[in-house]
Amino acid sequence: MSPLERYLIVAALLFGVGLAGALTRRNAILALAGIELMLTAVNLNLIAFWRHGGHDAGAAGQVFVLFVIAVAAAETAVGLALIIALFRHRRTVHLDEADQLRG
Amino acid sequence: MNGVVHQLWLVPVLPLLAAGVLALLPRRARRVAAGLAIGALAVSLVLALAALAATRAAPEPEGFRAVVNFPWLAWGEHTLMLGWVLDPLAAAMLVMVCLVGLLIFIYSVGYMAGDENFTRFFCFLSLFAGAMLAVVMANSLLLLFIAWELVGLASYLLIGFWYQKPAAAAAAKKAFLTTRVGDLGLFAGMLWLYAATGTLVFYDEGRGCLEASAVNTLAGRTVTAGLTLSAVISLLVLLGAAGKSGQFPLHVWLPDAMEGPTPVSALIHAATMVAAGVFLVARMFPLFAAVPPGATGPSPALQAVAWLGAGTAVFAALIAVAQTDLKRILAYSTVSQLGYMFLGLGVGGVAVGMFHLLTHAGFKALLFLGAGSVIHGCHGEQDIRRLGGLWRAQPITFATYAVGMMALAGVPLLFSGFWSKEEILHGALGWPVSRGPFWLGVAGALLTAFYMTRQMVFVFFGPYRGAAAAGRDAAAADGVHESPPVMTVPLVLLAVGAVVPGFFGTPAWPALQAYLDPAHAMHLAPDLRRLFSAEVLKLMALSTAVVLAGLGLGWWLYGRRPITDPAAPDALELAQPGLFRLLREKFRVDEFYAATVVRWHAAWAGWGDLLDRWLWGGLVWLVQGLALGLAWVSRLVDEFAVNGGFDAACARLVRSGRRVAGLSTGRLPGYLRGVAAGALALGLLLLWGGCR
Amino acid sequence: METAFQLLAAGVLVAAVAAMSLRQLVHCALCLVAVFAAAAGLFLTLGAEFLAFAQVLVYVGAISILIVFAMLLTRTRAVDPADLSVRPRALGIMVAGAVTGLVVAAVLASGALPDKTAATPAVPVRELGRELMTQQVPALLAVGLLLTAALIGAVVLALREPPAATGKEPRP
Repeated sequence: MSPLERYLIVAALLFGVGLAGALTRRNAILALAGIELMLTAVNLNLIAFWRHGGHDAGAAGQVFVLFVIAVAAAETAVGLALIIALFRHRRTVHLDEADQLRG
Repeated sequence: MNGVVHQLWLVPVLPLLAAGVLALLPRRARRVAAGLAIGALAVSLVLALAALAATRAAPEPEGFRAVVNFPWLAWGEHTLMLGWVLDPLAAAMLVMVCLVGLLIFIYSVGYMAGDENFTRFFCFLSLFAGAMLAVVMANSLLLLFIAWELVGLASYLLIGFWYQKPAAAAAAKKAFLTTRVGDLGLFAGMLWLYAATGTLVFYDEGRGCLEASAVNTLAGRTVTAGLTLSAVISLLVLLGAAGKSGQFPLHVWLPDAMEGPTPVSALIHAATMVAAGVFLVARMFPLFAAVPPGATGPSPALQAVAWLGAGTAVFAALIAVAQTDLKRILAYSTVSQLGYMFLGLGVGGVAVGMFHLLTHAGFKALLFLGAGSVIHGCHGEQDIRRLGGLWRAQPITFATYAVGMMALAGVPLLFSGFWSKEEILHGALGWPVSRGPFWLGVAGALLTAFYMTRQMVFVFFGPYRGAAAAGRDAAAADGVHESPPVMTVPLVLLAVGAVVPGFFGTPAWPALQAYLDPAHAMHLAPDLRRLFSAEVLKLMALSTAVVLAGLGLGWWLYGRRPITDPAAPDALELAQPGLFRLLREKFRVDEFYAATVVRWHAAWAGWGDLLDRWLWGGLVWLVQGLALGLAWVSRLVDEFAVNGGFDAACARLVRSGRRVAGLSTGRLPGYLRGVAAGALALGLLLLWGGCR
Repeated sequence: METAFQLLAAGVLVAAVAAMSLRQLVHCALCLVAVFAAAAGLFLTLGAEFLAFAQVLVYVGAISILIVFAMLLTRTRAVDPADLSVRPRALGIMVAGAVTGLVVAAVLASGALPDKTAATPAVPVRELGRELMTQQVPALLAVGLLLTAALIGAVVLALREPPAATGKEPRP
């Protein structure tokens, strides 16, 4: 098993755990945390490819990860603000109780 | 040709334009309406007088004739020419129509003063006068026909002016339909003439249908039973003329036309409508008179005209004897006098017939307007048995009416009617075919004098019988009054007109005849000797005797004892009850028509109705039933087959839509799962789906 | 190196599973911090030192704190253990498992991956900064804009609404 594959599999498993959490946890904050885990897995993937991808793109992979981190931070900030707003309105942070999102 | 001729189109156009403007005026613009109509006709009169002067100024051996033709419509080799003709015939008629028409217009201002449709009345009057002027000036039979029908339309509108009265509406309809019978003949004659000669223009530098070449061609072709083509066409035209001029057997509309306002009656009877028929014959006279080469004597068409006129003259005079309606007597006298005109045309030519037409226009307008004045003064009473003694209450009307009556009766020497009738009898006496028309004319003259005396006596002498009040001043007590000056002034003027024209046609100085007919031109210089030639004196003596006999008989029967009771039987009725009843019922012509033509028509209409109701109605019903049945079947199919399937499909669609909508729960975890599953599917597709 | 990788990978996975499955939210948050830290370690093993520190700073230092604060702000009285997960729980786990299986299978089945190649030389931070400030300037500006917008949006969303509006809030 090559080094790249090892990292990729770890990242895949981390992504799966995050996805499972996002899909199963009722608490919206934990679902958001699951999404963060998935993003971390993606970052791991990107760095692994940068390191072992056999390319000559220089620092592009790292820059990419940097941007993903920035976007993830923004996403988290907005997501948590949404959750707080939801809580203020409905007194709950349970995802399955936020069922107004339909026509 | 001078400028007047070229501006002559204004003569009919001005009254027609006035009619058009009047049609747009509001009802309350009475003063404007009357002013416009009278002004337009007055200008026309001035132009007509100028035209008359123009025809006098340029005497030509063949007679003055100015023709203006211009193409209006051309297709292929055919061209429709519009334009006008100015010759002595047209000029005399123009002046007469304008003059009499103008006086009648002025009179109408007084007569119709109380009518709320004053404006409409003057609109129709203008239309009537304009159309008649167009008839007179028309350059072709087609244009004449168009104007002719306009005259018919205007007469329909005016006779039916008080359309609220059922009798007036019926009379208008009757006039229109009866004249239409004659117009059919005119129309057929016109088509035939066009087919035979290729033109309807009267005078067109040798190519017109009344000029020598065309007339000779027509006279040279024999159609059937010895009748030439010209004779057949003339007879068809005569049918139209007889319809318009109320000749037997198409006279029935004319007495009924009395339902219109009295000025309309005057206009119809004197100046415009009935004169149109006589004028038509006079205009087409070359065609009527045409004989095949080699033949001598009057043409068959002229013989027909003469016999028709003579017969009608006596026939209508007989009916007039027994009538009791003031205007109806005058109406039948018009029919009778029109018969005289036709007789004059037939036996003496254009000049004789037209002479009587012109004199008659004057005194008949006078009589009608006088009758209108009587009616106006007596609150609409028209029955002569309930009038009487009016000479005291209406002196001007009485005097003028008496002048008119004497002119109509042909009182010798002074009155125009005497001279024109004299000319006709003179012509009839010299007629080579038969003496019948002459004796008929003499009989008619006797009857005319008789019935006019009867009318005078009934209306103006004896006691007033209209009210319960008796005595000398009964009439005044009943509110009978003389008419206003706007009505009496035209009466006086017309009374002059009933006397003067006769002097232009005496045997001593036949100026009018010479003017109208170049053949008489050698008699233009006044010569008293002609008046006292043996032949003329004999005839004058005879007619004087006849007229005096008529007057005397009338006076003897009605004037000896004053008639006091409106319900008393007529003097003649006592003598000859059966004959009198026949006359009072107008020879039962109307009844005859009702029993034959109308019943025949009604029978056909009944058959048509039956056919319609049962045969066609049945078919329609059948088709309707079929259609309804088909519709039922279609509806059933629709409801149970088509709609069923459609409804089911719709219901399924709605159900599935609801189910799909159910997927949208609004719950986020489900959506997230869906997104993940979608990503899974996409990944599978990407890796092993062959989309690489 | 080998050992470090194995330890860190195991730590990441175990901490992640714990963070996604523990009942107490605070425990979950702590496990999340562990995951982020271990992931930073993995970055280090890959030679991306700058990113590893950035990970620690952003995730461990900022996002985790944010999450803890949110948890504290939204805490309700009673926590029913049966309310922890969305029903049906198995469906979510199945989908997640399937996705994971797919990715793992894709990684394992792919023959195109470079095998045992020489690792790309580490990039100094100076190089990274130069890259950011030269080639990636537009992206950097966009990210700055995005972060500003997110900051303002978050403030607007989380602001307490005026009392008049709150009075009408539907209460569960």
